[in-house]
Amino acid sequence: MQAKTLYEKLFESHIVREEDGTYLIYIDRHLVHEVTSPQAFEGLRINHRSVWRSKSILAVPDHNVPTTDRSLGISDPISKIQVETLDENCKHFGLTQFPMNDSRQGIVHVIGPEQGSTLPGMTIVCGDSHTSTHGAFGALAMGIGTSEVEHVLATQCLILKKFKTMEVRVEGKLNKGITAKDIALALIGKIGTAGGTGYAIEFTGECIRSLSMEGRMTLCNMAIEAGARAGMVAVDDVTISYVENRPFSPKGEALEKAKAYWKTLHSDKDAKFDKVVMLNGSEILPQVTWGTSPEMVVSIEGMTPDPKNENDPSKRKSIEDALTYMGLEPNLPINQIKIDKIFIGSCTNSRIEDLREAANVIKGKKIAQNIKLALAVPGSGLVKLQAEKEGLDQIFIAAGFEWREPGCSMCLAMNADRLNPGERCASTSNRNFEGRQGQGGRTHLVSPSMAAAAGIYGHFVDIRSLS
Amino acid sequence: MNPFITHTGIVAPLDRANVDTDAIIPKQFLKSIKKTGFGPHLFDEWRYLDHGEPGMDLTQRKKNPEFVLNQTPYEKASILIARENFGCGSSREHAPWAIEDYGFRAILAPSFADIFFSNCFKNGLLPIVLSNETIDLLFKSIYANKGYTVTALKHLSKIITKKIHGYFKLERFFK
Repeated sequence: MQAKTLYEKLFESHIVREEDGTYLIYIDRHLVHEVTSPQAFEGLRINHRSVWRSKSILAVPDHNVPTTDRSLGISDPISKIQVETLDENCKHFGLTQFPMNDSRQGIVHVIGPEQGSTLPGMTIVCGDSHTSTHGAFGALAMGIGTSEVEHVLATQCLILKKFKTMEVRVEGKLNKGITAKDIALALIGKIGTAGGTGYAIEFTGECIRSLSMEGRMTLCNMAIEAGARAGMVAVDDVTISYVENRPFSPKGEALEKAKAYWKTLHSDKDAKFDKVVMLNGSEILPQVTWGTSPEMVVSIEGMTPDPKNENDPSKRKSIEDALTYMGLEPNLPINQIKIDKIFIGSCTNSRIEDLREAANVIKGKKIAQNIKLALAVPGSGLVKLQAEKEGLDQIFIAAGFEWREPGCSMCLAMNADRLNPGERCASTSNRNFEGRQGQGGRTHLVSPSMAAAAGIYGHFVDIRSLS
Repeated sequence: MNPFITHTGIVAPLDRANVDTDAIIPKQFLKSIKKTGFGPHLFDEWRYLDHGEPGMDLTQRKKNPEFVLNQTPYEKASILIARENFGCGSSREHAPWAIEDYGFRAILAPSFADIFFSNCFKNGLLPIVLSNETIDLLFKSIYANKGYTVTALKHLSKIITKKIHGYFKLERFFK
């Protein structure tokens, strides 16, 4: 039998029909949130169509929800309508939803795995580019547009062409303080934000195997920032022990059968990838973005670039524009950049391990005087509860952080959490685009421990230098 | 949807790489539960000098004179040209909805982000991939000739200008 990559195994096991290189693929799990679904449900209603398999759907509001006192409701009337529209659609079509005040509510990419709704071997879609997160479980997971959301709701299928395959092999051991976020940013720095366009990435190697599920999710989450619609990691014991005993995961005999199948979900030894990228984990340093694209990244030991050193006029202009927007001079050491706000959260870094990592850095310390606001936003109600059990909330609060309710929050600032023009943020989120965290806001992407350390010192510091 | 067959129009030069979906349609406008009405807020943070919110009176807003779509003759443009990786970022279909609603029919670039690219075809918008050299040549021609136009023919996968007859590759999947 021909050796296959994990992507090929997942893709081929879901083909319903093929015609001339165009495939109809069956979708196992459909995650839904309030921003990209209303027009899809409206389409169903207009065409008098129903939902094909309502049990495949898990819905949650996350983008518009306030992270402050929920008993006050949503003050923005337009956000309120969007969240209520999801409530109505879920009721009308009979879908499982964790509404805003449910203790299990959270960011869609946090609650899927947390509930065991995300399982190995599945095809998973959501009207959200960070759906790539779920590939950490040896699943084929990708973001889709609203037209495709409607198509999947109505037919449980998606029309796709095959992606090319890319292996990102990370060997070696990570140094102390280096995390999956640093691997992701180092990779994007190396291949660029379009480096993975047209590819499905599989992360392999010793370094990846040693990552927890949380770390693997962070890495796959950022695959889209490298341009790849899907990122994935092969199933191993770490995957299986995470999945077991979750509310939606199989039990008893079904679990044993599933496990036997899940163990086949890896690339065969001789499988050929269209492209291989190698990284050495032991060489990865703490990463900080300086510009307005995730590929504009250097290590904490580096400095902002000098456009004079760039010969390509288009690239030179990109660097000049980014430095101007970010309010930074060329050749400025990264550890001299002063910060106004700290954001610990988002579907990239809001899981329990991320909060533990940040809390470990700030324990017994206080945020610097120049920090106007430091937010800790857990990824879900259950993550929040677990953190509170461990006393992490008290560590954050004692350090001067605000301990908030779960949601997307200041990753994209669709709710009230945002940067004001000119404010600079050390953020554990995924995008440093212009205006992403608020018009005129300046975002530096970092790991949770690097964000926490920047909060304590008021500027970026090398996490490795802290005891 | 108004399907794309053929189109001739003025090309607006947006000389930037990595034009992301947050720039195309900022998040505050994603709160709408409709598919229409996004055009007035296309590139909102670049087009206007003040902060935009849904439902604002557009006639009262101050336009940014530096932004290409606020300059003559580009306010009449119906084709957009940009650099690499156009449409990167989120899966929001609001991005092609906004571009189409504004009045653009086609986008020329050396590369597009995957999700944005496939979202375009659902909305009668044609993303055209051309080589870096061709894109460079087109930028130069646009800067040298005011009101420079391009014709795009989808069924022939062809673009025609005064000087260039170029072909682009369009997989059968997108036809």
